[in-house]
Amino acid sequence: MRAGQGLDVAQGGAPFIPPAKRVRRIMTLVLVALAPGILAYTVLFGWGPLVNITLATASALGFEALMLRIRRRPLGPFLADGSAVVTAVLLALCLPPLAPWWLPVLGSFIAIVGAKQLYGGLGYNPFNPAMAGYAVLLIAFPLELSTWTLPLALQQAPADLAATIAYSLGGAGTGGLDAMTAATPLDRLRTGVGLGEAMTEIRAAPVFGILAGRGWEWVNLAFLGGGVLLVLMRVISWHIPVAVVGSLALISGIAFFLGPNHYPGPLFHLLGGATMLGAFFIATDPVTAATTPSGKLVYGAGIGVLIYAIRAWGGYPDGVAFAVLLMGLTVPLLDTYLRPRIFGARRPRVRDGS
Amino acid sequence: MTPSTTHGELIRQGLWHNNQALVALLGLCPLLAVTSTVVNGLGLGLATLATLVTTNVIVSAARPWIRKEVRIPMFVLIIACVVTTIELLMSAHMEALFLALGIFLPLIVTNCAVIGRAEAFASRNPVAHAAMDGFAMGLGFLGVLVALGALRELVGHGTLMRDADILLGAWARGLEVQVWADYRGFLPAVLPPGAFVGLALLIAFKNKLDRVAARGRAGGLGWLRFWRDSEGAAATPRVMSE
Repeated sequence: MRAGQGLDVAQGGAPFIPPAKRVRRIMTLVLVALAPGILAYTVLFGWGPLVNITLATASALGFEALMLRIRRRPLGPFLADGSAVVTAVLLALCLPPLAPWWLPVLGSFIAIVGAKQLYGGLGYNPFNPAMAGYAVLLIAFPLELSTWTLPLALQQAPADLAATIAYSLGGAGTGGLDAMTAATPLDRLRTGVGLGEAMTEIRAAPVFGILAGRGWEWVNLAFLGGGVLLVLMRVISWHIPVAVVGSLALISGIAFFLGPNHYPGPLFHLLGGATMLGAFFIATDPVTAATTPSGKLVYGAGIGVLIYAIRAWGGYPDGVAFAVLLMGLTVPLLDTYLRPRIFGARRPRVRDGS
Repeated sequence: MTPSTTHGELIRQGLWHNNQALVALLGLCPLLAVTSTVVNGLGLGLATLATLVTTNVIVSAARPWIRKEVRIPMFVLIIACVVTTIELLMSAHMEALFLALGIFLPLIVTNCAVIGRAEAFASRNPVAHAAMDGFAMGLGFLGVLVALGALRELVGHGTLMRDADILLGAWARGLEVQVWADYRGFLPAVLPPGAFVGLALLIAFKNKLDRVAARGRAGGLGWLRFWRDSEGAAATPRVMSE
């Protein structure tokens, strides 16, 4: 509290309008908006994402029910609010398409039990549950989390649904499927830059497409479409996605301008990796994101800068999860200091010492 | 606490009701840092136990000569001497463990549990009681170190008692137990976050046991009499925090 501000009532100013959209409706809309991206992901990369989503959702609901029972909370309303489903879907979308079954299940456990319910359930968790689950998995199983499949167009014999499920459950037929895994565009970029290759050389690799990574560009565009829909429906405000995308575009644009031969253009960063999924669906988590308009801008800009920093200079090819978690740490501070001025109120004058 | 406190009560306090790690939350820095395996926890726990007993005895014996105004610097001086002795002994006889514990061995000097017991108990009680208090508190701390080390090693590596030979000698190499065959390991449990989460789980587990015991008292379960005796015993106030 700054001195001389009077009552500390609410984050925003008047008018105070009761919320019309309930949690369940918001979560349903988020899932609907995710659909185009999931569809594009499945069409371009095979059945893996759908298998992961199914496993993660089922186990997340199971863990949620278990924790609610232990905490003696009513099962019905909390299970039906859809927040666990959204968490599970976001987590599953971050995992490699072909993953052993225990990866989404363990991730759901960490996300739901560790990051959400142990802190008191929806609304009390300080960290984005899906990203906390993903980050722990990434640190624990770097090999499994970095084994990505090529887009279907580059595969010799794509796995059908049965083969994907068999791989997930027991690793059956892995001999054939292992051959389809390869470096992602971001991996390839990192290796190429490390070897001192020119950007044109790197971009000529088959994993690169027209705008960014092959396949990834369309997945990102589909997530962008769904995200814009969410903004237009006023489910999320424009501040965070615009700040994430804007700051990432700005910083990668500056790097590209200074050394076009050593840095990929902004378009590659915007449509590569998990940028759009992160900007529109993960960073905008209503519980763990900043809540005031100026706070949201700072929060989003920080995420964009951190994504670039981790991709360019960090130890991991993509950095959306760590960027979101790190900026999540700053949210209490942002919410305290970046409040909108209440209409009619004057800025408190700085008093001199006398 | 008065000199009339029984030895049984001292042990109860040290091991459970006023456990320096789980209740007083003292000495957390070494506790969190070195408990990546059972053996590391055991090594630092034994060193802390030896320090606690020795400093408690010296502080208690030196009571008549320590003026109240300068007691804290005197305690620190005594503790530093004892820790240095233990460190040199370990460096001479247990080189591998000495290297594994690294900076946390000399840092026992700053372990608040040690100075806490000196100030809160040893400086106002006879030598025998002070020795017993140091032993009980050290044993309680050691227990938590070993439990946390076991938890983290089990989840992190899937083993127990790995590298036991650096503490106990070559014969102990066979003590290592592979609990789960073909375990991939879970690195976050060995990293610092695993220490915080593990300690939180241990504290929660202790509180749960206490609550079950309280319910048992109400229901008249005789086997829980051990806990009944110190009902309402005032916990020693926290002397300082790290």
